[in-house]
Amino acid sequence: MAVSASSSGRSMPIRRLVQRLAGNLFSLVITLLGLLAFTFTLSHLSPVDPVLQLVGDHATASTYAQVRHQLGLDHSLPVQFWHYLQQLAQGHLGVSQSTGQPVADDLLRTFPATFELATCALILGATCGIGLALASVWHPKSWIDHIARVISLLGYSVPVFWIGLLGLLLFYAGLHWSAGPGQLDDLYVYTLEPKTGLVIIDSWLSGDRQMFINALQHLWLPVVILGLLSMASITRLLRAALLEENSKEYVTLARAKGASRWRIVWHHLLPNTRGTLITVVMLSYVSLLEGAVLTESVFAWPGLGRYLTNALFASDMPAILGATLVIGSCFIIINALTDALVWLTDPRTR
Amino acid sequence: MTETSLPLRAVRRDKRRWLLIIGYSLLGLLIAMALFAPWVSPYDPNAQVMADRLLPPDSHHWFGTDGFGRDLLSRVIYGTRPTLLLVVFILLLTVPVGMTVGIAAGYLGGWVERILMRITDIFLSLPSLVIALAMVAVLGPSILNGALALALTSWPPFARQARAETQQLRRSDYLAAAKMQGIKGLPLMFGHLLPLCLPSAVVRAALSLGGIILSAAGLGFLGMGVQPPTAEWGSMVAEGGKVIFDQWWVAAAPGGAILLASLTFNFIGDGLRDRLDSRNDS
Repeated sequence: MAVSASSSGRSMPIRRLVQRLAGNLFSLVITLLGLLAFTFTLSHLSPVDPVLQLVGDHATASTYAQVRHQLGLDHSLPVQFWHYLQQLAQGHLGVSQSTGQPVADDLLRTFPATFELATCALILGATCGIGLALASVWHPKSWIDHIARVISLLGYSVPVFWIGLLGLLLFYAGLHWSAGPGQLDDLYVYTLEPKTGLVIIDSWLSGDRQMFINALQHLWLPVVILGLLSMASITRLLRAALLEENSKEYVTLARAKGASRWRIVWHHLLPNTRGTLITVVMLSYVSLLEGAVLTESVFAWPGLGRYLTNALFASDMPAILGATLVIGSCFIIINALTDALVWLTDPRTR
Repeated sequence: MTETSLPLRAVRRDKRRWLLIIGYSLLGLLIAMALFAPWVSPYDPNAQVMADRLLPPDSHHWFGTDGFGRDLLSRVIYGTRPTLLLVVFILLLTVPVGMTVGIAAGYLGGWVERILMRITDIFLSLPSLVIALAMVAVLGPSILNGALALALTSWPPFARQARAETQQLRRSDYLAAAKMQGIKGLPLMFGHLLPLCLPSAVVRAALSLGGIILSAAGLGFLGMGVQPPTAEWGSMVAEGGKVIFDQWWVAAAPGGAILLASLTFNFIGDGLRDRLDSRNDS
C-alpha cells in the first residue's frame, strides 16, 4: 500500500492503455445514450400533444393523421428514437417556444456565462478547499482544523439560493460592495462588444477600465457563494482522505525516521491521495454546473441555469429538454474524464 | 483498518456521540413539529390578514409575517410536513430499489452484475437537480412527483454500497453455513444478506438525506415543488426573495429551517458513519 510518488513513471503497455481508454469511451457512449433515452422518454410523456399544438382542436382526423405522419410520430418508438438521435447529431434541439430561437443557439449563447461563473468558483473553491484540508492535517485539532470542519459542514448543509439572497442583502443593499444581480450594469450591457462571450475577458479586452471593474463587482459575489459550496465539499472529502492516509503505518515510520512535516505532506500524503484530489475537484466542478441553476436565478445571471428556470416557468419543453441534455452531457463527460485521469495518474488503480 | 491508539479513539467516539445526540434531538424536534403542527403553531398558517402584511419579527409574530399577512413561524412549522413526507417517500423508493439491485449484483455476479452496475453508473452520473426539474416539469409539480424525480438519481449509492458488502459477505463463513443448510436464491438474498447490509444503508441514507433536502428545497424555490398556498420552505424563500431588500425576514426564516433540517441529517450521518467505522475497527 505504501507506494510513494516516484513510481508513477512505470511504463504501461500501450495495448492496455488503448483497451482501457476504449472501455472508458464505451461506457461514456452508453451513459450518454441513457441520458438521451431519458430526455426522449420525457418528451413523449409530456402531456402536451405536439400534433394538436400544430393543428389546433378543430382539425379533421385526416389532417391530424397527416401532421402526425409528418412529425414521424406514427413510427415505432425505436425508429422515433433513431430519428431523434439523427436530429441531435445535426445539432437540432427544436425551437424554443418562449424565445422563438433554435434551442441550440440559445444554449450556445448562454453557456459562456455559466462557464465563467462555475470556473471562477472552482478556482476559488479548490484553492481554499485544498488549503484548508492541508492546514487541517498540518495542525490537527487546532483552531484552523475546527474552522475547516465547521465551514465544510455548514457549506454542505446550506441552501445556495438562500445564502445568495442573504449575500445580496448584505453586500449589495447594505454595504454596496457588490454591484448586484446581472453580469454588468445596464449602462455597459449594450456597449460591450462580445468577442469570447466571457464578459470578464471581453470587458478587459475592450480597454474600458470602468467596465472591467464593474464586471468584477458583479462577478465576485456569486463566485464567492458558489466557491464556498465547492470549498465545503472539497475540504470535507479531501480532509478525510488525508487524515486516513496520515494514520497509516508508513507515515508513522517516515516520521520516526525524522522526515519533516513538509516532506510527509508533499512526498507521501498528497501523491497518495491524488486520486481523491482529482475526483473531488472534478466532482465539485460538475456540482457547480448544477448549483449554477439555483444561483443564476437568484443573481439574474444570464447563463444556462437561468435559461432553464425561465423555460420551466414558461413550460417550454424543447428548451427544458435541451438545457437538461447539455448540462447532463457536461456532467457525464467530466465524470468520464475524471475516471480516465485518476486511472492514468494513479498506478494503484490499474 | 486504521490504527488509532485506544484512548484517542475513545475521545473521538465520545465527540461523535455528541454529534449524534444533537442530530437525534433535532430530528425529534422536526418530527414533533410535523406531527403536532396544529397545536404548536400560534396561528393558522394560511390565514391571510391583510392588515398585518410584512410585519417585522415581534412578540406577536416571532418570525414576522409575509406578503399576505400570514404568520411565518406557523408556516415554518407547517413546512416540516412536506419536507419530512418527501424524505419518507424518497427513502421508501430508493432504499428497496438500491439494495435489491446491489445485493442481486453482488450475489449473482457475472453478466447480471455487469449489466446492473452499468445501469447504476448511468443513473449515478446524471445531474440530480436538473433531471428532477425536467421530470417534474413534465409530470406536474407535487410531492410524489418530486420524490419520484429525486429518487431516480438517489438510489445508485445504496446499490453500490450493498454490492460491495455482498461481495465481501460472499466469502464469509456465515454465508457458507447458510448455504450448507440448503438456503439459496431469494431467501438467502433477503433473509441473510439484506439484514447484514442494512446498517450501512441507514448510514448512507442519513448522509444523502441532507443533500436531498437541499435539492427538494431547490425544487420548491424554482416553483416545481408543492404548490402554494401550502407552506413549503423552498417556495417560501422564493416569495421572500421578492422583498429581500426591504423585508429580509420573509426569506430568512424558511431558509434557516432548510439549513437546520439539512444539518440534522448531516450530523446523524457523520455520527453514525464514524460509529460504524469504529465497529469495523475493533
